[in-house]
Amino acid sequence: MEQPSTHLKIRQSGPVSVIEFADRKILEELSIQEIQEELLKYAESRPGVQLLLDFSNVDHLASAALGMLITLHKKVQEQSGQLRLSNINRQIFQVFRITRLNQMFDIYDSSQQALEAFGAKK
Amino acid sequence: MRVPPDFGISDAALHDVSVASTLQAVKPPEAEIMAALERCGYDADTIFAIKLAFEEAVTNAVKHGNHFDPAKRVFLRWYVDPDRVVLMVRDQGCGFCPAAVPDPTADENLERPSGRGIMLMHSYMTRVLYNPAGNEVWMYKDNTARSRGNSPT
Repeated sequence: MEQPSTHLKIRQSGPVSVIEFADRKILEELSIQEIQEELLKYAESRPGVQLLLDFSNVDHLASAALGMLITLHKKVQEQSGQLRLSNINRQIFQVFRITRLNQMFDIYDSSQQALEAFGAKK
Repeated sequence: MRVPPDFGISDAALHDVSVASTLQAVKPPEAEIMAALERCGYDADTIFAIKLAFEEAVTNAVKHGNHFDPAKRVFLRWYVDPDRVVLMVRDQGCGFCPAAVPDPTADENLERPSGRGIMLMHSYMTRVLYNPAGNEVWMYKDNTARSRGNSPT
């Protein structure tokens, strides 16, 4: 039985799990570790998971959060699933661009566009 | 180490504080620095950049320098005026060699989950310097938005 998360808000949109972050700042080492554990556990228990991480609530992140996303990306791939990101604000997208991680992740302007892209891949 | 001479700031002008080596203990001085940036009219993008660089430096000090030992201290020095910002973060660890940190944007390192903090500090600040021991980092940033005449209203 999964415990309700203090860091994540999870809802289902058809086959896609849409996950929003409860914290505006993904900064603290401890909370990043907790978020990572929750996300990995979520992906592990759902082979073929279609996961959309919605960043609309996030206005700051630390580089450790990027590491968390990379680890999740690998896990989702191992599970033959798909991971997409959406609603990343301009300042945070710049962090992805500087680190070249915009090339690793499927990033969409809106969650609607990301959801449509999941549908297109079916 | 005193403020690097080419930063153009007198050593006496810097604020000076030491805090316990926890991310929580660094928050009050960080809030003070951010408030000074806002008072001096820095735009949102520049404040985002400085906040990110400062937090990466502090995280490195607490995590990699002091290994999360709360008995150790983190030493901070800073200076803010409308044209420039100087930040110093020092830990009580044995230091590291910045040149030995692999480039996280190289194809072969792109999937490594760590090692991006230092390159982000370099990307977002005008200059980043380490002391020879590698346990003290100095960062300098011009207020480029102001020098371009883009001061916020």
